[in-house]
Amino acid sequence: MEAGIVPIIYDLKEYLKAVFAARQQEISRNDTPFVAGKRAKAFDLFAKAGFPHAALERWRGTDLSRALNHEYHTLPEPPSAELDIDAIFKCDVPHFETLLVSQLNGWYADRKKLLQVYPNGMIIGSLSAAFSKYPELINQHYGRYADDEAESLTALNTAMSQDGIFIYIPDNVTVEQNIQMVNITDFKQNLFLNTRNLVILGENSHLRLVQCDDSINHDVTFVNTVTEVKIGRNSTLDHYKLQNKDDHTTLINSMYFQQDEGSSLSTNAISLNGGMIRNLSHVTMSGAHCSADVYGLYLMDRYQHIDNQVYINHAAPECESRELFKGVLDDHASGVFNGHIKVHRDAQKTNAFQTNKNILLTDKASIDTKPFLEIYADDVKCSHGATIGQLDAEALFYIRSRGISEANAKILLMYAFAADVINKISIPELRLRMDDMVKKRLRGELSQCEQCVLNCSTHEHQKVEFKIDLSKV
Amino acid sequence: MEKDQNNILEEVTNSDYKYGFYTDIEMDMALVGLSEDTVRFISAKKNEPGWMLEFRLSAYRHWLTLTEPSWAHLHHPPIRYQDIIYYAAPKRKKELSSLDEVDPELIETFNKLGISLEEQKKLSGVAVDAVIDSVSVKTTFTDVLSKYGVIFCSFSDAVQNHPELVKQYMGSVVPSNDNFFAALNSAVFSDGSFCYIPKGVRCPVELSTYFRINAANTGQFERTLIVADEGAYVSYMEGCTAPMRDENQLHAAIVEIVAMKDAEVKYSTVQNWYPGNKKGEGGIYNFVTKRGICKGSHSKISWTQVETGSAITWKYPSVVLMGDNSVGEFYSVAVTNNFQQADTGSKMIHLGKNTKSTIISKGISAGQSNNSYRGLVKVIKRAENARNFSQCDSLLLGDKCGAHTYPYIKAENHTSIIEHEATTSKISDDQLFYCKQRGISSESAIGLIVNGYAKEVLMHLPMEFAVEAQKLLAISLEGSVG
Amino acid sequence: MLSIRNLKVSIKGKEILKGINLEVNAGEVHAIMGPNGTGKSTLAYVIAGREGYEVTEGEIIFKGRNILQLSAEERACEGLFLGFQYPVEIPGVSITNFLRTAINEQRKYHGLDPVPATEFLARMEEKKKMLELQEKLASRSVNEGFSGGEKKKNEIFQMAMLEPSLAILDETDSGLDIDALRIVATGVNKLRRPDNATIVITHYQRLLEYIVPDVVHVLFDGRIVKSGGKELALQLEEKGYEWIRNES
Repeated sequence: MEAGIVPIIYDLKEYLKAVFAARQQEISRNDTPFVAGKRAKAFDLFAKAGFPHAALERWRGTDLSRALNHEYHTLPEPPSAELDIDAIFKCDVPHFETLLVSQLNGWYADRKKLLQVYPNGMIIGSLSAAFSKYPELINQHYGRYADDEAESLTALNTAMSQDGIFIYIPDNVTVEQNIQMVNITDFKQNLFLNTRNLVILGENSHLRLVQCDDSINHDVTFVNTVTEVKIGRNSTLDHYKLQNKDDHTTLINSMYFQQDEGSSLSTNAISLNGGMIRNLSHVTMSGAHCSADVYGLYLMDRYQHIDNQVYINHAAPECESRELFKGVLDDHASGVFNGHIKVHRDAQKTNAFQTNKNILLTDKASIDTKPFLEIYADDVKCSHGATIGQLDAEALFYIRSRGISEANAKILLMYAFAADVINKISIPELRLRMDDMVKKRLRGELSQCEQCVLNCSTHEHQKVEFKIDLSKV
Repeated sequence: MEKDQNNILEEVTNSDYKYGFYTDIEMDMALVGLSEDTVRFISAKKNEPGWMLEFRLSAYRHWLTLTEPSWAHLHHPPIRYQDIIYYAAPKRKKELSSLDEVDPELIETFNKLGISLEEQKKLSGVAVDAVIDSVSVKTTFTDVLSKYGVIFCSFSDAVQNHPELVKQYMGSVVPSNDNFFAALNSAVFSDGSFCYIPKGVRCPVELSTYFRINAANTGQFERTLIVADEGAYVSYMEGCTAPMRDENQLHAAIVEIVAMKDAEVKYSTVQNWYPGNKKGEGGIYNFVTKRGICKGSHSKISWTQVETGSAITWKYPSVVLMGDNSVGEFYSVAVTNNFQQADTGSKMIHLGKNTKSTIISKGISAGQSNNSYRGLVKVIKRAENARNFSQCDSLLLGDKCGAHTYPYIKAENHTSIIEHEATTSKISDDQLFYCKQRGISSESAIGLIVNGYAKEVLMHLPMEFAVEAQKLLAISLEGSVG
Repeated sequence: MLSIRNLKVSIKGKEILKGINLEVNAGEVHAIMGPNGTGKSTLAYVIAGREGYEVTEGEIIFKGRNILQLSAEERACEGLFLGFQYPVEIPGVSITNFLRTAINEQRKYHGLDPVPATEFLARMEEKKKMLELQEKLASRSVNEGFSGGEKKKNEIFQMAMLEPSLAILDETDSGLDIDALRIVATGVNKLRRPDNATIVITHYQRLLEYIVPDVVHVLFDGRIVKSGGKELALQLEEKGYEWIRNES
């Protein structure tokens, strides 16, 4: 045979099938029969569908093949019981009071106390521990909102995730603190990670949730996170997703929100860096008088790729949804926005508005936007708009005529463009911090190494602000 | 009162198909089913040269490897391609040289359609190339046109008389392997129209074709090719009607337009194929590939369509903007009613610099129909300063229909500007009451409002068509006064 | 012409009109005044036949016929015109087309043939001149992009074209500058004939300086609490609605 370079086409799907077959017991060690049943079914779905590919409508424009063509390790071991999470992770944001809930390689980090019950009845802890501890909550909510049939990566997550964060807020509880979920990946080899979170809000409850994705090492990482969120009657959830990952990371972040009557959701995805990010916000309004604000901002450069998928399912009457996604794409960066509003026959008096605005800074950058409307009710107000353009030449000239350099004028205008989304952040300390970060990002000063998005500007010149004492892991 | 309004809507939207009659003319039919033999039969029947047969056969072989597309928002029972008759031509006794020799029943058919050839010939100066079930029966005004060097004839005649032009341009815009239905058409197309406007000629009359599907179980596979050479201009009108039949009939046409430097082609369609009955039985399945290419700089292609018929419409008239400074336009009104389904829109592919495109789409859904806009705007890297504006509005009449918008926007150039807007609405109670207070019945009020809503598109139709289109929208006055 | 007897009207179970009595004869101009939210617009809508109002008691006799069972368009064809407080926009429909449709539908109702295009256009010219309207109004879409004043002038223009027996002008003066107000008032006065009647609904006395009413009614809390000559309007202006409130 002729000698030559043979490209390695690595079949990750076959590998995962083998892992699933060989290590099923290990994967299922904390399962109840209910959870195990979901796993088996979900794995079949994944095995049948395989990884998503560009021929699928929802995956047009996002090509995973390169990200999948690595030898990954999967099913990392849980951290040791001696791990002191406070010692390895500190979040030091001035005036930003948070209740920090950490994950390490997908596992709930505090191994000494897997489930914490607070005086107000709130429960926070490990999802796998909750399986057997709170079977009635699990059976009622787990796997009920995530769509394994539509998204094979969600199915894979249901099949293979071992742990994640479980948050339960009972009825009539207003959580005063901001809860901050931090998912840290630290693995000495390439890692393919499935993590699963479940957040349940009872009736008349209020929660602010900040979700951060961080990585420590620079090996190739594929993180596939699924979060299911139930928002009970008349409850409100204020949710933020902050992403500042390195270029070696592929992040698939799927959020499934289920809203009961009269509930309100505000979710805001801010993506500042990341090799390949795909955010799915899947919102189902199953009761009347719900409102959902779904916002996003993406500032990508180099060869980064960002994909925002929003699916708003208006299944009940008199609900309102508002979407605003804005993005700036520089260098060779590419972006996808797919906003799909579906208004069911019975969802009369729906108001649904969607806007996607993009600025391309180079002609190597590209954007692919699909603002879809699918409407079966007649008494509705729906609109969508999408624009792709550049910075306003007239505004640029105006600013320069006041003596401001072109470079600064551009930054000013981009900042103004992004500010629309940043201003939607209702936690003042977080808004200030994000504002600051966006400015730094636009000035090109936001280092990839500045992993913790909440921590970046407190120590301007330090590379990594939070400390992880790896000897303790 | 709510109920009343629904009743009125139903009445307004329930009028029967007026063009459902059937002309009993002896037909010359190909055998049922599709095979290489069918393709050879059609080619032989038409006395085609070898290169044409080769084109058909290669399309057929490619078609065998394809599967029917399923991405559109359309639902229908599987089409049984082997149950379709692929060729039907009215039997001709001899070559026709004047209108008098045309089968009187055929003339009657045209008269029922309200497109008397004679009338049109005398009064409107419109050259009509009427097509009944696949074969062009009569071409008028050929003499007048030939003075200008304009070629306007049936596709079959063009294959015989202008093979060099057909060879050069056929399949250059819609390749035979473009898609499932384009491949099918390329294999079995029966006839259609061919039009060539030479350099610098402004075609003095509007060119017009009326298509009509007549025989039972015959698919209609039309093929139209329009070439406007440098600096030429032509306005081309296509009208479609089909009689009532219980079974669905397949229609898979191809229209190709080539506009050279500084040329302009305006293509208008009023599509009123049989939409099926109120229960959703029968009706035409209309799968059409229409595409134009602005080959030279400063060329322009404009599509205007009023789609009111067909049980299923699958159609995306497109413009490939290759020449610098070329312009593409798409104006569409699509009305669906009862159980009709339409998935229609446009593609604007910006390849050249300073290219401009406009898409205005107005969807009107009634009954239990589904009406989707699907469009693509694509700007490649070298298409500097490309500009697109799209507006896609939907109007819902009643609470059992659906209106959907699926725009795809891809930009790879940072100097381009793309804007897309869409709204969905219904006729407000305030508007209805306002009209009624002036003494206008609900029925007329809805007609009036719908017509006003579609005005932006209707104004782009040639006068002859605008009137017909307005009638089709159940309107009496809009545009004719004031 | 119009006689309303003990009219009681509710919206979603809430009683808005609590027993209205009103007599309007041919040749008369009546003004209905009253503070906001007392039921003036409701009365106008109920007479015109708008849906969503529940008539619980009473009757409306127009030209000797109880019209409560008639639809809005039938009432219009009978000669009833409502000048809207907020005229509705109908995009893409020209005023010419709109009016020609309206006139022909009304003619059809009376068994008449459609008005010939030339005659119709001549009538438009004549009315436009009479109302000192600008040429361009007729080719524009109904109320689309009109200023407040243009919308109201357009209402009067439509009234002139349709020649109703009874016109109800609901707050036609609101949002008008003094010039527009004069044009509207002149129009109303020019159209005044012994065989027709006008009801002017207004908040202020201002309009009544231009359109002199024969009778002024004060509507308060769903009832006509006071009727009188034109001097009543002045009295109201002077003493304010507080005066009525105290009296009733």
